[in-house]
This record gives sequence, structure tokens and C-alpha cells, in this order.
Amino acid sequence: MVIMCNLIPVATTVGANKIVPTISIPYPLGDPQTPKEVQWKLRYHRVGVALDALAEDIKEQTVFRVKI
Amino acid sequence: MKKAIHYINQFFAGIGGEELADHKPEIREGLVGPSLALNSVLDGEVTHTIICGDNFMGSNTEEAVKLILGFLEDKEFDIFIAGPAFQAGRYGVACGTIAKAVKEKFNVPVLTSMNEENPGVEMFKKDMHIFKGGKSAAKLRDDVKVMADFANKLLMGEKTGSADEEGFFPRGIRAQVWLENGPIASKRGVDMLIKKLNDEEYISELPIPELDRVEIASPIMDLSKANIALITTGGIVPVNNPDRIQSASATRWGRYDISNDDRLQSGVYKTIHAGFDPAAADADPNVVMPVDAMKAYLKEGKFGKLHKYFYSTVGTGTTQAEAMRMGKEIVEKLREDNVDGVIMTAT
Repeated sequence: MVIMCNLIPVATTVGANKIVPTISIPYPLGDPQTPKEVQWKLRYHRVGVALDALAEDIKEQTVFRVKI
Repeated sequence: MKKAIHYINQFFAGIGGEELADHKPEIREGLVGPSLALNSVLDGEVTHTIICGDNFMGSNTEEAVKLILGFLEDKEFDIFIAGPAFQAGRYGVACGTIAKAVKEKFNVPVLTSMNEENPGVEMFKKDMHIFKGGKSAAKLRDDVKVMADFANKLLMGEKTGSADEEGFFPRGIRAQVWLENGPIASKRGVDMLIKKLNDEEYISELPIPELDRVEIASPIMDLSKANIALITTGGIVPVNNPDRIQSASATRWGRYDISNDDRLQSGVYKTIHAGFDPAAADADPNVVMPVDAMKAYLKEGKFGKLHKYFYSTVGTGTTQAEAMRMGKEIVEKLREDNVDGVIMTAT
């Protein structure tokens, strides 16, 4: 399982093993202040990171890097 | 007169609820909201109140901490008190975050109070005194009193007691004490052993905290053949909320068929989560439950199959016990349907 969330310290403390950061609490994957295409790009990218993370062989709790 | 500075969130300052949780940090002279209660039981004066929106602290932590430490630079204070935060998760984490930073920079005692279900307890109990608080603001006066009693001892330079005696969460610090009277350690140890052998109850003097860790799952070998499911604690449900999932302290979950949807439509799905401003999620539920992005990757063949249902519940005020039960129930269903991996989004 991969968790996508904004409060990374909470996720690490409760013991999630694969973590992908999101951008906020009310809109984790798309800031409504930005154009739809920008939101889509961000969401598409981060969900892709989460999918790749599922296939990643990790040895310890990992917060995956996002580029957008 | 000793001086204290108090940290509270935008809600308790009377500024507003979730829609104003992005409120930037500010400092006010004197008392605001819960500071009145604190000031009335403290052997000292609460000179300033710092107010910050929970989401601002959560999402812009570095900036929030920097601003607040800046406010404090020219202030004189003997103690820093945050909360109480009850069962409010983001507020608890905010109290812990700022109190820890203040302690590191100004080397003054810092105190806060939270309910045991607050994730802030686990995160910060080793860093500071966190007093065991109630579930909701109904306990405000009681929780403030417990903190103030301890603060008064610190301010007066009096001796303080153990975690149990004072009412804070054990910090993992072992203190050696001389018992005024009572049996010596060897006698107490043998007494305990005898009780243990007789299956009687005894209280250890060296409790070992339990760690709840989940083993790392083995990776998915071939993503292009994998069956992936989506789960959220963000409360995304069909607009009529057919499973009547509660908006807070949820005990129910639901699953909804997305096999024929390219994305979650606004007006068909919405969030019922009471812990954040729903405007963005209602306008486009995909910002919480990214069905659209998953469908795009599915079409590209990045993974094999998107499980026909997404699962949803609400993660605010939800107890760990209920969360664990719901998690187990959902995992059972996912196993029945041969799901290989899960992406869970949280708000």
C-alpha cells in the first residue's frame, strides 16, 4: 500500500511504509486556484509516483520524491 | 510576575472554522478565547496569544514556525503553553510542532494537552509534557487546569511528580527516586515475580512501551498485470451518502463502483468529511480521489486493472480502534477480489 497525504510527519509516526506527499489537506491533488491543466499535471505526476512506489522494493520506511 | 505565552488555533480564537484554517500566524497582546481560562488559573500572566490556522501550520510548517519564532524574539516569557487540542489531529500536531520549536530556540518549558487519540501525542510526547486531555472542548477548563497546575509548579521551582501523578503522557524518561518508605527493590521484585507466577496482577516499575509497526509489504513484481484499488479517508461518497458514513468519528465505510466512470463527476460525488473545507473536493472530487489519473494510467497500460470499487470513509476524530476494524474489514474484501496493491489518499 502507498499512502498519499499532506501531513508526512503523521504518516511516518503512525508507521506507513510507502508515502507520497500531496499538496494540502482540502485538495491533496490539485489546487483550485490554479488552472485545470496545472492541477491535472500535478495529479497525474503524483499518482504515477504512487503507482511506481507500489512496485519499489524498499527496506525501510520511504517518503517518495515528487517533481511537480 | 512570571509570564506565559499561549498558542491556539483559528477556531478557538473565534476567527472561523475549516474555511479559515489557512489563517496565517498572528500575535495579539493579551487574552483570546482559551487564554482567558488559562490566565485565570496560572500563577503568572498570559501576556500574548499566538493564533495560527491548522492547515497553514500543516501545509506551510516551515513558514509558520519561522513567523511565530520571529514574533517571540523580542518577548520575555517564562513558559510557552499550546492548546489544549483535544482530539483535533491537525491542531494537536500544530501544538506539538510549535512547542518543540519554541523549546529548542528559547529553552523555556513548553506544555500542551491532547486526547490520547490525537496523533500529536505519539509524535511529540518524548519532546515535551503533553497532558492527557478530553475528547472535545467541553473539557477545556479541566484540561487547562491540569496544565496550569503543572506550570505553576515549574514557575515556582517546585518539585514535579511522575507522568501518572501529574497526568502527562509518559515521555520515555526514567527517573530514579528514593522511596520515603516501603519495601526495598529486591523485595518488590520478588513480590512481583510471585504474583506473576500465580497469574495475579502486578504493576511493573519498568514498563516497556508497545510499538505498533506494520511489516513492509513485498513489492508488486509486474505492475502491468496488477489489480490496484483506491481507498480514501477523505469522505468522498455519492452525493446522497447511501451508506450514511458519519462526517466525523466515523464507524462506517462504503465502496462505490467506478468501472464505468472516467473521472468522479462533481454533483455525482462529494465529500462529507467535516474536518476540512469541502469546496475544492465538491467542485472536483478527483482532487481527493484521483480516479481520472488512475483511468489515464490504466489506458496507457501502466498497470493491469483498476479494481471496480473505490473504498471510502472519514478520517477525522475517528478512533484508532474503529480505524483498525474498518481497515481489517476492507482488506478482507480486497483479498476476496484479488487486489494486489492499494493507493490510499488522506486529507
